[in-house]
Amino acid sequence: MTDIIETEDLRKTETVEYWINELFFNRLSIKDYVKSLINPFNIVAGIIVLVGLAFIFMRFAFGLEAITDSSNTQAWGLLLGVGLFTGVPFSASGFVMGTAVYIFGLKKYQPVVTNAILLGFLGYLFAVVFLMTDLGRPWRIYYPMILSFGPASVMFLVAWHVALYLSVQALEFSSSAFEWLGIRSLRKLVVGATLGLTIAGIMLSTLHQSALGAMFLLAPGKVHPLWWSSYMPWLFFVSALAAGLVYVILVSKLTQMFMRNRADERYLASLDEITLGIGKACALILFTYVGLRLTSITYENAWGYLQGAYGMWFLVEFLLFALAPLMFFYGVQKKNVGIVQVSALVTMIAIILNRLNTVYITFNWQFPHRELFYWKEVIVVIAVLTIEVLVYRWIVNRMPVLRQHPDFIGEEHG
Amino acid sequence: MKMSRRDFVKIGGSVVALSLMGNTAAAGTHSFTGYPDRYGMLSDLTRCIGCRRCEAACNKANNLGTPKTSFEDTSVFEEKRRPYVADVGSYTAVNRFEVDGKTVYRKVQCMHCEEPACVSACLVGALQKSPEGPVTWNEKVCIGCRYCITACPFYVPAFEYSSAFDPKIQKCFMCHQRITNGTVPACAEACPVEAITFGKRDKLLKLAWSRIWGEPDKYIDHVYGEREAGGTGWLYVSGVPFSKLDFQMDIGTTAYPELTKDFLSIVNLTLVSWPAVFGGIYLMNHKDKKTHTEEKEVKK
Repeated sequence: MTDIIETEDLRKTETVEYWINELFFNRLSIKDYVKSLINPFNIVAGIIVLVGLAFIFMRFAFGLEAITDSSNTQAWGLLLGVGLFTGVPFSASGFVMGTAVYIFGLKKYQPVVTNAILLGFLGYLFAVVFLMTDLGRPWRIYYPMILSFGPASVMFLVAWHVALYLSVQALEFSSSAFEWLGIRSLRKLVVGATLGLTIAGIMLSTLHQSALGAMFLLAPGKVHPLWWSSYMPWLFFVSALAAGLVYVILVSKLTQMFMRNRADERYLASLDEITLGIGKACALILFTYVGLRLTSITYENAWGYLQGAYGMWFLVEFLLFALAPLMFFYGVQKKNVGIVQVSALVTMIAIILNRLNTVYITFNWQFPHRELFYWKEVIVVIAVLTIEVLVYRWIVNRMPVLRQHPDFIGEEHG
Repeated sequence: MKMSRRDFVKIGGSVVALSLMGNTAAAGTHSFTGYPDRYGMLSDLTRCIGCRRCEAACNKANNLGTPKTSFEDTSVFEEKRRPYVADVGSYTAVNRFEVDGKTVYRKVQCMHCEEPACVSACLVGALQKSPEGPVTWNEKVCIGCRYCITACPFYVPAFEYSSAFDPKIQKCFMCHQRITNGTVPACAEACPVEAITFGKRDKLLKLAWSRIWGEPDKYIDHVYGEREAGGTGWLYVSGVPFSKLDFQMDIGTTAYPELTKDFLSIVNLTLVSWPAVFGGIYLMNHKDKKTHTEEKEVKK
């Protein structure tokens, strides 16, 4: 074990108290651990979370009306607009990197794959949290699985796939948790299942990332014609590939800045090369996306809608999408990691805009007056996302995510 | 040789297992020409006098309570009401329109589509097109996702946002209970001028067209609902263009389930082909390395 323990009484290692300290309090006493938590970031985060939880409590006591502006013309607001339709494409990180490393054998990306899977897992987990907040009767969330089936519904597919994929990603990430807990036998079991889990991830992701777009095929008159297209499933899928990749680039950058002490040399040293490599892929994916978007608008014969406010708004989104691949291409050519990271940020903004525009901002575009959201909804969204960040930090502070566990080096997956 | 067989079983097994796992989500719609002898309603807008007795009868038949403004009060016509209003609790509303100097009343309620968008949207099958004609909702299985509201081209289903424990989907059910008991829906029964006719949908369609042919100058040449969204159970005939009465004119004649049918058909394809494609790529990539590690183990 480490130096600290060797200088202490060795019998202590056997006690439950020791393990609790070791696993949960970063080897500090409870008192010191609580003290270490008091810093400006945590205080702000704590306040946001408390207010958000109070609003969520209101929602469960007085109905959705208490915190959302959802109505009988616009049933879904920010909770699903952000939590499900925007959160899930970025959570493609797990399946895209998993495929690259475990199926295509691109060992270069091995250092970031655990982080990508953790980000994916948390993305889905919190999509379910958002869904539970927004569902009218969340206590029936399992009904489509065992009680009552609506197989002609795209949402049935989404429900099944999100549930299955959440389980798949939990298993995929569990190897890191087992390393942390030191349970070698279970870790070996899930590592052995890597190939099956990765392929399951590809199948489930292809279908439900596109299904999120397909859900809006049922609202042709409601989504603005510059966004509604019979190609929506494929547009959603291709942009989700880019979303997963840019998410890895951006979170890697953030971990480099804020979580260095939890990362090992191997991780930190590989990030530049990985970012450039992902940048190349993003350039190609986004060129494809832009081409598909242009042809789909032409196919739907919707260019006439460019006039007016929604047309201008479309141009803003589209220019970001058109700019991103060029920036990626330039950044990769110049081997400039910074430019690739900025391109990733531009792509992220473009994809967030695209999802919110499709499901929310342009929805019911023919109505003269529309109320978009209630401020309490914004607070709830920020609060739940803050909880996600805190959970991510909690896990990275403890489990081998940005580093290899010293006891398991040389026993990687696949 | 032994190793590659084990590999084969491993990959093949996961392929089979994953395909089976995915099959539960595999879904398909099929073409549907409608239940025989299904009922429908015909609203003749040239006859409606805006007395709102249908609204009153509807509230009574469905135990929806009494609204603050009485059913005789015509001030409600000042605004265009939607079929469901939270504090009133109503499944239908009559709205007034002034078209070319003529006063026309239009009753709004669920259209009871032949192949409803809401039914194909419902992931638990709570919404169903009943063989009798009405589109029904099963409170026991609804999870409150509100995809039906997003999908309905007529903006009909409503959700009780003020209810935390028991939020219902609210809409006209064409008095399904009364129909199965052999009675006429309450609104049709209450109408003093026979502006609402209840009957088998195919007969109502003939009746609608015979009225139009009988008095071609009085009616416009369009039965709204005959083909809209693949056909609806509720039909309208009118003396003025439907576009001037807030009818949705941009929904086309395709039944809404058709819009997602193509997408759902790729589900099986993906579930079957991806394991083969990616499992194959994996094997091409990793076989050498595997035998290498196996060799190492043998040496030990």
